[in-house]
Amino acid sequence: MGSIFLIMAAFLASAVEMVEALTIVLAVGVTRGWRSTAIGTLTATVALAACVAVVGPALVRVPIDALRLVVGVLLLVFGLQWLRKAILRASGHKALHDEDAVFRHELEGARRAGTAVRAGMDWYAFTVAFKGVFLEGLEVAFIVLTFGSAQGNLPLAAAGAAAAIVLVGVAGVLVHRPLSRVPENSLKFMVGVLLTTFGIFWSVEGTGIAWPGSDAAILGVLGLVVLSSCGLTMYLRYERKRVPAPALVAGDRGS
Amino acid sequence: MPYVIRFFQFWYDFVVGDDWSVAAGVLAALVVTFVLARHGVAAWWLLPACVIVVLFTSLRRSIRRSG
Repeated sequence: MGSIFLIMAAFLASAVEMVEALTIVLAVGVTRGWRSTAIGTLTATVALAACVAVVGPALVRVPIDALRLVVGVLLLVFGLQWLRKAILRASGHKALHDEDAVFRHELEGARRAGTAVRAGMDWYAFTVAFKGVFLEGLEVAFIVLTFGSAQGNLPLAAAGAAAAIVLVGVAGVLVHRPLSRVPENSLKFMVGVLLTTFGIFWSVEGTGIAWPGSDAAILGVLGLVVLSSCGLTMYLRYERKRVPAPALVAGDRGS
Repeated sequence: MPYVIRFFQFWYDFVVGDDWSVAAGVLAALVVTFVLARHGVAAWWLLPACVIVVLFTSLRRSIRRSG
């Protein structure tokens, strides 16, 4: 059961972050050419894979109880960030992520930037593609590393993330424009729920307390997190309708 | 030195984000859970309950700040 959730969390998180990275890569590639953009994308992907390959085996050597406590807290705090923003978006208190708008913004930036070709490379295209893929991918690497090591199955988490990268990559090549129809907020909501659930479960286990029903308790925690999140979304949506619309919550950093 | 500060700033923003009270609330709940566990109380219910309260207050604060 844990393996299904593990692969699901890694796949969904990877898919949603790669959709955002794809938008940046497409905008830069269309405007500045594909060679430097592709090299920047590939370099970032290799750097992320190297991070997972170096940190992953080191984490596996940490005693499982200590690992689950630390990883549980990190996942919980990190997952609550995703969940908070997803609830704010779903309830209308924060603007939905608009891939078309991001694409237009990146396109404009890439057009305005001067050409600086050195050693046969367009360094603007390389840097923007690298940064876009690396920063979006870092969240995926974090989830793969923490979730995978605490579950004791890093390769499965990496496989889930890789499958999403391939899927989004192929879709991007075929469609050749931002994947704006992907329900990003729903996916982020699900990832937030999964990270929060496992964060709670492992943190409590890490303190030395046994859950009633052992691993089956994950389903109970999952149900509680889903119900509370949906309840909070409905409550905030109702409040937004009842009270004259305030300004949207600003900021769109990360998740 | 600024690089070291920026490094830690980046990881703080990355993990904790824009509402430090969520991390503080989670840590406080976990410390209480840990202390109760040392006194033989299986307080597995405490963290899930606190997480919901922390999430609710954080959402309210975000909305109030924007309004």
